[in-house]
Amino acid sequence: MSDILVKIRDLHFSRGNRKIFDGLSMDIPRQGITAIMGPSGTGKTTLLKLMGGQLRPDSGSVEVDGLNVHQLSTKKLFELRKRMGMLFQSGALLTDLTVFENVAYPLREHTQLNDAMIRHLVLLKLNAVGLRGAAEMSPSELSGGMARRVALARAIALDPMMVMYDEPFTGQDPISMGVLVSLISELNSALNICSIVVSHDVPETMSIADHVHIISAGKVIESGSPASLENSESAWTHQFVHGDADGPVPFHYPAKPLLDDLYTGS
Amino acid sequence: MFNGRLDLLQHIGANTLQRFRRLGRGSLFLFDVVVGCASLISRPGLLIKQLYSVGVQTLLIIVVAGLFVGMVMALQSYYALVDFGAEDSVGVMVALSLLRELGPVITALLFAGRAGSALTAEIGLMKATEQLSGMEMMAVNPMKRIIAPRFLAGFLSMPLLATIFSAVGVMGAYVVAVEFLGLDSGAFWSQPQNKVDLYLDIYNGIIKSVVFGFVATWIAVFEGYDCVPTSEGLGQATTRTVVHSSLAILFLDFVLTALMFAK
Repeated sequence: MSDILVKIRDLHFSRGNRKIFDGLSMDIPRQGITAIMGPSGTGKTTLLKLMGGQLRPDSGSVEVDGLNVHQLSTKKLFELRKRMGMLFQSGALLTDLTVFENVAYPLREHTQLNDAMIRHLVLLKLNAVGLRGAAEMSPSELSGGMARRVALARAIALDPMMVMYDEPFTGQDPISMGVLVSLISELNSALNICSIVVSHDVPETMSIADHVHIISAGKVIESGSPASLENSESAWTHQFVHGDADGPVPFHYPAKPLLDDLYTGS
Repeated sequence: MFNGRLDLLQHIGANTLQRFRRLGRGSLFLFDVVVGCASLISRPGLLIKQLYSVGVQTLLIIVVAGLFVGMVMALQSYYALVDFGAEDSVGVMVALSLLRELGPVITALLFAGRAGSALTAEIGLMKATEQLSGMEMMAVNPMKRIIAPRFLAGFLSMPLLATIFSAVGVMGAYVVAVEFLGLDSGAFWSQPQNKVDLYLDIYNGIIKSVVFGFVATWIAVFEGYDCVPTSEGLGQATTRTVVHSSLAILFLDFVLTALMFAK
């Protein structure tokens, strides 16, 4: 069995006339936490959707566990997805079901387990994310952080080989963020799976990641361990990792000189 | 001048292509939905839940509208016929109008406004909140679990709602004609019994409502599934559902009437 779980090669993808990926290649190991980072709008979420087969690339390949995602039949793609968990930015909980039923949903759909067994499994998953007590609540009663934890419990319901996290820390208060950071790290260690975290929250993501890919302008700019990227000599990586206001990505949007603008009078 | 005409031509061409593309997407979508309906055999609970939501919850507006339409028709027919001494024909006039035209058409228009727009909004919101994507990533096909039960529920509900509309309309007409205007009860009922034909009037009315239900529900679920997942896109999709469904119903009514009642 290869140590590489996700292999992306020469990926090209466009939305209309806008090029999102322009020959992107990367490997994601079978175990550990891999972070994919980059500024907003660089296509991080799009990359996860390409890995999950929800979008088709213009060219290039995405292999997950040795299977070319975009050449699979719908049936085989769905079989593969049973081994992939995904945590959406919004949580994507089914609003007409309770927390318990949301977590039970994939088990009811894909297994023949009886109700007692499903109840045990759901309570264990909810306990892992600290929300066993919220089992009978509806999604509308949950805070943003709680909704993501329920979505996380649902994502691991079928014991997947990988979990993809789409911007898990966005819009979270410090306590919820801390809870999510430790949950991702602990679940990854406990389940010994591949976790792919897409984020632009640098300190939180770097604190738990084993490998980091930084993407921009449709390509991987730099890859390595968090420590190596902290000390990167690339001006771009330095600016992104340290959050400098000015650098290769300029503070000012391209414009003519200020004085010219002020004195032209139009 | 030349450029302006060229731009106009280009605009018309692009618009036409976009509409055909959308029609193509809608047809493929319909194929997937019809195939997805087969999965409901093993999950009847999903269909029953939607029959309640789409059918039963539309019942009140259908009953109230049917009652008033029947009552108004009785009044109008009476005032028109009484001058010719033909007021005994109020019953048959109302019954035929409701069974052949007003029952299926008004029910379908109300259905598109009430249940159709709700279906579009619900499915569109599920798309905007990534619930449909979430299901796909859980290896659950939303066509089978979300779209197909709603489509089938709308398709099955429409003929039942149209039948109830017509029945309640006739009852409303009876109340006005017999209880308020003093027509003979026997005359009110006997003429419809003689004149209303099971095949020509009742079956054709049911066929119309089946066709309207199919088209209105197809448009509603497709608009929801195909909408731009923003609040503006959702609003536009809901509006399109009501407008397109209403126009399609009225156009199809003309075509079906021409086919069914041509001599």
